Formats: sequence, structure tokens, C-alpha cells
Amino acid sequence: MNVTINGVAHDLPTGATVAQAVRILTGISSGVAVAVNDEVVSRGAWDFTPLAEADRVEVLTAVQGG
Amino acid sequence: MNDTDVMGDELVIGGEKFSSRLIMGTGGAPSLEVLDQALAASGTEMTTVAIRRLDPSAQGSVLDVLRARGVKVLPNTAGCFTAGEAVLTARLAREALETDWVKLEVISDERTLLPDPIETFDAAERLVADGFVVLPYIGDDPALARRLEQAGCAAVMPLGAPIGSGLGVRNPHNIELIVESSGVPVILDAGIGTASDAALAMELGCDAVLLATAVTRARRPDLMAHAMRAAVVAGRAARLAGRIPRRRYAEASSPMIP
Repeated sequence: MNVTINGVAHDLPTGATVAQAVRILTGISSGVAVAVNDEVVSRGAWDFTPLAEADRVEVLTAVQGG
Repeated sequence: MNDTDVMGDELVIGGEKFSSRLIMGTGGAPSLEVLDQALAASGTEMTTVAIRRLDPSAQGSVLDVLRARGVKVLPNTAGCFTAGEAVLTARLAREALETDWVKLEVISDERTLLPDPIETFDAAERLVADGFVVLPYIGDDPALARRLEQAGCAAVMPLGAPIGSGLGVRNPHNIELIVESSGVPVILDAGIGTASDAALAMELGCDAVLLATAVTRARRPDLMAHAMRAAVVAGRAARLAGRIPRRRYAEASSPMIP
């Protein structure tokens, strides 16, 4: 199953969850937010939200700015 | 006796009280250590951050610096060009940072970084309806400021000049007009170049000043942060004290006849 995580293509097993996608980038969940196809997935739902072919996953955090 | 005691007033935004009227940004600092020293010298109680893709190779976290200082984190929507992008970014910030406060920033183009009033108003209405405490970054437009207040924004943040320009307060008259008619705090945002700009903003009646570049890109950020802190306090005190009227000719301060 091909998904995009922060703009980079990844091949994940069928049924992989949002939590698995996040763990590819970081082991820390504090201060992190996720959108799948421009919809926010709350932290409590990461383990239970399966990804689908061609999903766009954005994993974001706070950086210096403004 | 601290600065708030001298003047007996606190800044209240969205029901929350602040004794510092200097809001800091975090952009432009050469390192987190320099940023931390500048934040300490500024005395700020609220500081903005941007929301971006997580970079696994990044060293240290601006959030750790702010939390260690006990500073309130104000996420912004910097980098958004449309209301839709800004609303999504605000929701992601709420999820990541567990705050419903947002500095709403929707820019019109990369050259001027000027705020887009149409997209900003659209996003503000949607975010207020979604329960956010919305602080919109806007041009120095009294009519738009009034409309955003009516839409339920917790403050308005007119620019002094374009972001990072250091040109100061280009239209003091419009800032005064916004202050006169605003029922919510007015925070002068963007354009501050040096301490006198911040003092002027406060003398014009602004409730607070938000700045970043003027400090983070100064030769000595911690010293400029100190200067800004003093300037904001001085400007506020002068506003409350009431300046003397400007006169065309001299007025002797002692009798002219011996």
C-alpha cells in the first residue's frame, strides 16, 4: 500500500494505521498533530485509524516562527 | 515594585491576564540558546510558534524552550494563503499544542507577506464558530478591525509595517483610529525595528506589541529584548500618563517677568 508521509512516498503493509505512519518519523507524540487528506486525526484515534492506498499523511509540530 | 504595579493595569485577552505587554515571536533566532536568552530578557509571557512538517533530524525543540520558561505558546498560521489552509493549520495546532488560541495569519503574496483581508475574515468567522480564541494579523485598516471584533475575535493585530521590514509604525493615524474604536485589545504586530518603534506603538494606545525579527536578528538579541521590554513599559506608562499637547510655539515653564 503506497501512502505519502510528509511528501515522501512510503510502502506500508495493508491496514497500517496512522500511529504506524507517525512512528516512521518520530517516537514522540507530544506536540505532534496529524492530518490525513487534510482532515485532522486526533491523537487518541491514531491507533484505530487505518490508512488507505494513496492517502496523504501530514505529521506536523511546532517550529520557530512568527 | 514591578512594572504592572507602577501602572496598575494588566493586559486581558480572551479572559486571560498578562502582566507583560510584549509578545515575542520565535522566528529568525540563530539558535535555541540565543532564543532562550532573548525570551528571558524580554520578560514575555506569550510567544508565537509556527506549525510545520516534523523534521526527524531537527535538534532540540522550540516547545521545550518555551515550556521550560513557562511561556504561553501561541501557534500561528504563518505560511497559509487561503482560509481553508489557515483553518486546517489552526486545528492541527490545537491538536499538537492543546490550545484553542491561534494567531490567524493569512498572507496574500510572498514578496510583501501582507495579510489578505478577505481570506483572513473568512477564516476568522470559521475559527470563532469552532471555539477558537482568534487573534488576527491584519493591515492597519480600522474598518476591518471593527468587523473582526464584531465577528468575535479576541484581539486585533494590525501591522506597523511589513513583516521583518523594521520600518516601524508607518501609519500612526490609522493605528490610533483602530485603538479608538476597538473594544478588544489592539496588538501592534510586525514592522518593529527598534525600541522607539515599540514605545511609539504603546504611546498610540496599543495594548501590546508583538515582535520577533527586531530582537532575533539584532547583533545582540538579549540586549535588544531588554530594550524592547523597557520600551513597551515606557510607552504604556506615557500613554497612561497623558502626553502634553503639541504647540506651534514655545510655552515658558516659568514666569517670564522677573
